[in-house]
Amino acid sequence: SKQVLGHALWSIVEDGELSTVCYRPEGLDRLVQQTKFSKKELQVLYRGFKNECPSGVVNEETFKSIYSQFFPQGDSSMYAHFLFEAFDTQNNGSVSFEDFVISLSIILRGSITDKLNWAFNLYDINKDGCITREEMTEIMHSIYDMMGKYTYPHMKDSAPKEHVDSFFQKMDKNNDGVVTMDEFLETCQKDENIMQSMHMFDNVI
Amino acid sequence: MAAGVAAWLPFARAAAIGWMPVANLPMPVAPAEKNKRQDELIVLNVSGRRFQTWRNTLDRYPDTLLGSSEKEFFYNEETKEYFFDRDPDVFRSVLNFYRTGKLHYPRYECISSYDEELAFFGIVPEIIGDCCYEEYKDRKRENAERLMDDQEDNKDAKLPNMTFRETMWRAFENPHTSTMALVFYYVTGFFIAVSVITNVVETVPCGSVPNQKEVPCGERYTVAFFCMDTACVMIFTVEYLMRLFAAPSRYRFMRSVMSIIDVVAILPYYIGLVMTDNEDVSGAFVTLRVFRVFRIFKFSRHSQGLRILGYTLKSCASELGFLLFSLTMAIIIFATVMFYAEKGSSSSKFTSIPASFWYTIVTMTTLGYGDMVPKTIAGKIFGSICSLSGVLVIALPVPVIVSNFSRIYHQNQRADKRRAQKVQKARLARIRISKTGSSSAFLHSKRNGLFNEALELTQLPYKMNLSNQGSTEDEKRLSKSTSLLESQHHHLLHCLEKTTNHEFVDEQYYQQSYLEGGLQNYPSRSPSLSSQDGVTGTCCTRRTKKHHTPLPNASAPAHMQPLTHTHTHPQGLQELSTIHIQPLSTSRSSLNMRVDEPAPLNCQSSQITTAIISIPTPPVTTPEGDAHLPAGPTHQNVVKVSAL
Repeated sequence: SKQVLGHALWSIVEDGELSTVCYRPEGLDRLVQQTKFSKKELQVLYRGFKNECPSGVVNEETFKSIYSQFFPQGDSSMYAHFLFEAFDTQNNGSVSFEDFVISLSIILRGSITDKLNWAFNLYDINKDGCITREEMTEIMHSIYDMMGKYTYPHMKDSAPKEHVDSFFQKMDKNNDGVVTMDEFLETCQKDENIMQSMHMFDNVI
Repeated sequence: MAAGVAAWLPFARAAAIGWMPVANLPMPVAPAEKNKRQDELIVLNVSGRRFQTWRNTLDRYPDTLLGSSEKEFFYNEETKEYFFDRDPDVFRSVLNFYRTGKLHYPRYECISSYDEELAFFGIVPEIIGDCCYEEYKDRKRENAERLMDDQEDNKDAKLPNMTFRETMWRAFENPHTSTMALVFYYVTGFFIAVSVITNVVETVPCGSVPNQKEVPCGERYTVAFFCMDTACVMIFTVEYLMRLFAAPSRYRFMRSVMSIIDVVAILPYYIGLVMTDNEDVSGAFVTLRVFRVFRIFKFSRHSQGLRILGYTLKSCASELGFLLFSLTMAIIIFATVMFYAEKGSSSSKFTSIPASFWYTIVTMTTLGYGDMVPKTIAGKIFGSICSLSGVLVIALPVPVIVSNFSRIYHQNQRADKRRAQKVQKARLARIRISKTGSSSAFLHSKRNGLFNEALELTQLPYKMNLSNQGSTEDEKRLSKSTSLLESQHHHLLHCLEKTTNHEFVDEQYYQQSYLEGGLQNYPSRSPSLSSQDGVTGTCCTRRTKKHHTPLPNASAPAHMQPLTHTHTHPQGLQELSTIHIQPLSTSRSSLNMRVDEPAPLNCQSSQITTAIISIPTPPVTTPEGDAHLPAGPTHQNVVKVSAL
C-alpha cells in the first residue's frame, strides 16, 4: 500500500501510457509540521524544485542529470542513483516534493543520530539493516567515480577497495564482515572529524 | 551553472553528508555567508515599467550588470528601486534570461537595438539559445552587409600617404575614385568597342567595284583597318603595362583571368607583325585573328553582371557537366538506333553513327533543321521518340542550374557567409567553455579559496605592510572574485576531494604527471592553514567570466597577458578562448613580479604552455613575497599564490 502524500492532480497520457503525473504537495502548513523547516525555507525550496521539475515530481533521470551538473569532471550517475533510492522513501520511482523536503529535513535539521541513520540507510543498499562489504564497495566506487579520470594522484583501481578496507577496519568492531547500525553509530560518535563534518552543512538552506 | 540548477545547490551540498562517514580526512571549512539575507524581492524600474524578481534570481549571473554590484549605481534611494532608462520591451528578454537561463531573441526587435541592450546589461550574445540563434545571426549578417554597402560609398575618400602606385591601382580597380580614372575607363571601353566593331566590319563585303567580285571591306581598305587595329592594340598594350606596374602583387596579377584575356587580345597582332608575308603559316595566322574576338571579354571589367555570370557558370560546373553527360548518353543511344533503323533505306543521309549525331542533336534540342530526315517507318518512330525525350532530358537539369544560379547569385552578395562559419565555431567553443568552465573554475579558485581562508582566518599582519593600493581593495577583490554560489560549489567539490583523498586536476597536468610517473617535487598540499606548504596547481585555466580577475597579487595581467590562448579541451577540441582580463595596474608596489624559472614540469603541448607552478616558499611570508609566474610565453594565469 503506497501512501501518497500529495494529490495526484492529473496524469498526462501519452500513447496510452501514463507518462507523467502531476503532483501538488500538501499544504504548506502541514509540511511545516512534518519537517523542521520554516515556512520561508519551504517556500524557497519549493520554488527551486518546481522550477526544475514543473510536474511536481522528479524521476531518476532528471535527478541524475541535475546532480551531474555539479560534478562536471566525473560520473555521478551511480551515486545519484543511490541518493535517489535514499530519497525515494515511498519506493515508487519518483521523488515528490514531500519526499524531498522530508529527507532534507533529516539531513539538515535532524539530530546527529538521525543524520547518521540517514547515512547508514544510504549505504545499506538493500535496506536489510547491515552494510556488507559488497554494498560498501559499490558505494565507494560510485563516490570515486565522481572524481573522474583527471586526478592527482592517479586513481588506482584498488583505491576504492582500500578505502572500503579501512572503513571496515574502523567500523566493524566484531569483525563479522558487516557493519550494523549500532557499530556504525558507535564508531561515528567517537570520531571527532565525522561529528564535526556532519554539522557542516546545517545552514545550507 | 545553469540557472535552475543553481537552486539545487543546497540539495547537492546536503547530499554530501553521505560522504562524511567514509571520509578519513578532515573536511574543509564551508564558505562563510557573510550577510545571509532572506531572499527579497527587488524592484527594477525600466522606463516606468516595473519588474520584480528575487534577488537570488539576479545573483545567478554575477558577471552581468544586474548580477553584480554594478546595479547599485542605478539604485534610487527615495523609491527604493533600481531605475534603468532603457527599453522595457527588450528588458523582458534580458530578465527572462535570468529566470530561465535561456536568452531569446524576439523577432520583431531591431538587431542593433537588441545588441545595444545586451551590451549595456553585460550579457554576451553568444548565449542566445539555439532556438533563436539562427535568426539572430541572419539578422546580424544582413545588418553588417547594409553597413558595408554604406561604407563602400565612403571608401572613395582618399587615404593619405598613398604612393603613386597605390593610387594608380585604386584608380584601375575603382573608376569612380577620380576623374582621371573615369576618363581612362571610358576611353578603354570605347577602344574595345571600336576594336570589336572593326573586326566585325572587316568581313562585310563592301560596295564592289564593277567587274570585280565582292571584296570584304578589310581587303579594300587594308591600310585604314590596319591603322585602326594598331591604335587599339597600342592602347591595350599601354593599359596592360600600366596595370602590371600598379599591381600590388605582380605575379598574382599575371595569373588572374582578366590579365590573361588582355594578353590573348593583343597577342595576335604582335604575332601577325612578326609573321607577315609568310605563306606557310598564313593559315595559322588567319586562325590567330579569331582570337581577336576575345577583346570583347575585356568588357567584363566594365560590367559587374558579366563577371557574376562567368563566376556562376564556373560554379555551376557540376550541373552543367551532368547536363552534358546525360545529353551525350542520349545522343549516342538515339544516334545508334537511328543509324540502324535507317540502314535499310536508300540514299539515306545516316551514313554512320557519328553522322547520325548531328541529326540527334538537332532533333533533341528541337531545332529540326530538316537537312537530315528519316525515311523509314521505324526511323520516323524512333525519331519522334528522340524529339520527345530531348525535351525531357534538357528540361530536367535546367531548373537545377537556374536555382543554382540564383543561389550563387545571392551567395555572391553575401560573401561573409564564410566568415559566419568561423564565428559559429567560435560561438560553440565559447558556449562549451562556459558550460565546462565550472570544472576549470574550480581548479582555479581552489588556489584562491585557499588564500581566502588564509586571509580570513589568520588575519595576517603583513597586510599592514601593504602600501598605497591598499589592502582593502585587494581584499574586496578576493572576496568578490567568486560569487557565493561558486564558492559553495567549490567547497562541495573540495569535500569530495577530501573524501576520496584525491584531487581534481586539469587534463594537461594529469597527462604530464602520467608521463613523468608522478611528481617528485610536488610539494604536499595541506588544507590546513597552519602549515602553508606550497600551493601548486595548473595555471592553464580558462576563465570565461570577465570578472574572474586573477587575484591581485598574482597580477599576471601585468605581465604577460596574451588575451587568447588555445587550450586543449578535455574533449580534445582546440578552442580559442578569449579571456577578458582586466588589466590591473602594475603600480601595485606591494607586488614584486618575478618570473620564476620554469618549473621542471612544463607541458610540452604544442600549443599551450602550462607550467606547474610550485611555490617553494610558503605563501604567507614576507611582504615581498613574490608571485611566481609560469614562464611560458602564452600563459594565462593565475596561480595565486603568495603573499600580498
